[in-house]
Amino acid sequence: MSIQKSRLSVEKIDENFVDLHAPLNLLQAEQEAARCLFCHDAPCVDACPTGIDIPGFIRKISSGNLNGAATTILEENIMGGTCATVCPVEELCEQVCVKNTSEQKPVVIGQLQRFATDHLFAQAKQPFQRAPDSGKHIAVIGAGPAGLSCAHRLAMLGHQVSVFESRPKAGGLNEYGLAAYKMNDQRAAKEVEFILGIGGIEIEYEKSLGKDISLDKLRQQFDAVFIGLGHTAVNALGLDNEAADGVYNAVDYIEDIRQQDLSSLPVGRDVVVIGGGNTAIDIAVQIKKLGAENVSMVYRRGLKAMGATEYEQEIAQTNGVVIRTQGKPVAIHAADGKLSAVEFEYTQTDSNGRLVGTGENFSLPADQLFKAIGQSFDSQPLSDSEGPQIVAGRIQVDEQQRTSLNNVWAGGDCTTGADLTVEAVNDGKLAALSIHEYLK
Amino acid sequence: MADLSCKIAGVTSPNPFWLASAPPTDKQYNVERAFEAGWGGVVWKTLGEAGPPVVNVSSRYGSVDYNGQRMIGFNNIELITDRPLQVNLDEIAAVKKAWPDRAMVVSLMVPCNEQAWKEILQRVEQTGCDAVELNFGCPHGMSERGMGAAVGQVPEYIRDVTGWCKTYTDLPVFVKLTPNISDIRQPARAAHEGGADAVSLINTINSIVSVDLDIMAPMPTVAGKGAHGGYCGPAVRPIALSMVSEIARDAQTQNLPISGIGGINHWHDAAEFIALGCGSVQVCTAAMRYGYRIIDDLVDGLNNWMDSKGYNSIEDFRGAAIPNVTDWQHLDLNYETIASIDEDKCIECGLCHIVCEDTSHQAIRASKDSDGKRSYTVIDDECVGCNLCELVCPVPDCISMVEVENGKPYLNWGGHPNNPMRGG
Repeated sequence: MSIQKSRLSVEKIDENFVDLHAPLNLLQAEQEAARCLFCHDAPCVDACPTGIDIPGFIRKISSGNLNGAATTILEENIMGGTCATVCPVEELCEQVCVKNTSEQKPVVIGQLQRFATDHLFAQAKQPFQRAPDSGKHIAVIGAGPAGLSCAHRLAMLGHQVSVFESRPKAGGLNEYGLAAYKMNDQRAAKEVEFILGIGGIEIEYEKSLGKDISLDKLRQQFDAVFIGLGHTAVNALGLDNEAADGVYNAVDYIEDIRQQDLSSLPVGRDVVVIGGGNTAIDIAVQIKKLGAENVSMVYRRGLKAMGATEYEQEIAQTNGVVIRTQGKPVAIHAADGKLSAVEFEYTQTDSNGRLVGTGENFSLPADQLFKAIGQSFDSQPLSDSEGPQIVAGRIQVDEQQRTSLNNVWAGGDCTTGADLTVEAVNDGKLAALSIHEYLK
Repeated sequence: MADLSCKIAGVTSPNPFWLASAPPTDKQYNVERAFEAGWGGVVWKTLGEAGPPVVNVSSRYGSVDYNGQRMIGFNNIELITDRPLQVNLDEIAAVKKAWPDRAMVVSLMVPCNEQAWKEILQRVEQTGCDAVELNFGCPHGMSERGMGAAVGQVPEYIRDVTGWCKTYTDLPVFVKLTPNISDIRQPARAAHEGGADAVSLINTINSIVSVDLDIMAPMPTVAGKGAHGGYCGPAVRPIALSMVSEIARDAQTQNLPISGIGGINHWHDAAEFIALGCGSVQVCTAAMRYGYRIIDDLVDGLNNWMDSKGYNSIEDFRGAAIPNVTDWQHLDLNYETIASIDEDKCIECGLCHIVCEDTSHQAIRASKDSDGKRSYTVIDDECVGCNLCELVCPVPDCISMVEVENGKPYLNWGGHPNNPMRGG
């Protein structure tokens, strides 16, 4: 059997899917916090999309004020718990830590952030209080990082919030899309519970925009609307046999990893992943952890051009994934409707910087192929209503996350900007502050 | 290889590192382990009168931890030896016999009457020890019984007891001084007047190292209560160095040998005490923190440093820093330095700016370019040369204090125009 379930024992799979980084213990956290210089006008704060007072929370860890540290984090980033493990800290806060210069090793800000937030969550404490009821009611579309961040801040400011979520669970990509080894132990669900703990937020599950609700109606019924739709469409290769058995969208499979029994998932022997972003890394690493024998990740450009950070590339490599570059897919070969191989053409960059094929091909045997070549925002659900202006496939917003419609804000992956959890959280926060001003 | 041998008040040892009178020197077992490790000498834990020994409490120690480091400061509420006098005396004799080249000094503390001192000295002499050290410093417990610091805080008592000891023994007499006084020169002078052969300082400082905020009691806690204890460890070293220097440059005591004590952790700490005139140094906290094996680096490090400086013996640099310790009034008010920041070394932490801006002279300007690169510039006219920025900078040699060649002559406060008493 080329594709089969339970290639590895349950115990081995569990062992493979433990946390990428074990949580720091108290002693480690104290020692690491002591390394922080408590910089003034710290570069790490500038590098954090949500502007967390990083030296401030680390100093609170040093003093043993762990709930205070967590509150400092969460007051800027209500999903500070998730971001602690999924943020690409190597190109955000930790990249600019001054200790890189003096000691070639940054303070491990992400792990300290997890230490502080875990401490608070373990006590199920909600550190924030709601302002007196404003009498205003806001609709939020999508219970992902952007939507929940917006909802929490609005609730803090005294507003009532109704969140419409198309899926049966809240959390968005935190629940359905992030790598399992970064989000163990139902952390996404626990975080949602924590966020809702402030009160004033109601989630209506399995309510899809364009089917069960429409933007026009929400704008009439509510004082303001926030759109946090995320990516809803997956890019295709445009090759024959894309529907063959064994060909998957990486995001769909990752969702199965997060939602289903790991030993029930089909795992190939020879696996090919196409793409160079973090999703490609996530699927390649996880299919390897599930027991695939040969996993090749093929990217059409060179390593430097990859969307995945160097650190993520290393995770793939240390997990036994072979990263191949300069190869663009040209054919999917199938026999009897089943995938058999993927063929690539070698590429190079010409003198004008364009990627061109060399005319030389190579073929990788494959019983499983994962497409991780990007996702996009699908504006179809807005088509039954007066829609916000869309530019380059995304909803256009200003610096306060306002759309072209007067009482509609948007944020997260459906708007322009980096597709990071932390960016989505910040969008939601900024939108909530703007909505609050608007409703005054 | 330099010669580390030391001779102070007639006592010799192969190196200047002695273990101070404290738990590490409480019995033969410990002291022999210390000598095997290479310690030059010990001051045996303080002996009291014959009769029932003192009783100690549980627990006994408290610590000041800082930024993940244990025992930056340390205190104790332990008393003198709680073993029978004869047991200690027999062990002292046995150790001295087995280790004749090591300094064996015996610490003593008995009630403040001549007969008590006479009796103990007669018994101690029989051990073959090299010297006695009078414990006039212990700040807790024994002082409540009229001994230890209760004697050390009254110069007349120090003089009288020292005099009795000089009368009843030919052994060199070291007087161990308490820092829990306002002017260390007074007890040092009293010891000198009484005929002391040397002084040892500092003993521990009155302290409460911390308050347990759950049980609302000082640490260490004994059945829910605590008492002040004796503070020592690296945190007290500056106080010890200052007191040593006061005695070393006092006209009456400048030739009085000093055994330096107080937070010695590394060889360079010891070198500083010796540079201020000490003939030997005593260590306790560092040994209690790491064990006796620290002697290896103490000896080796001092030796290597002396070689690098061309010092062949302890005497070559002993007291070398004393002439440069002066009173504030003699400092040159025309001497100027200003901070200089090496931008190539700067890691952009901003600490120099914020501490100067908030707490000093607003002499370091912070700026940030469009790429977020931060730079810090000293405003020469505002800089008073206080050193604060240099001290907080985490990068060695990034900020240096540069002398300003102002061509002005030496001018101290005595001659300064702002001084109303000038020339008066």
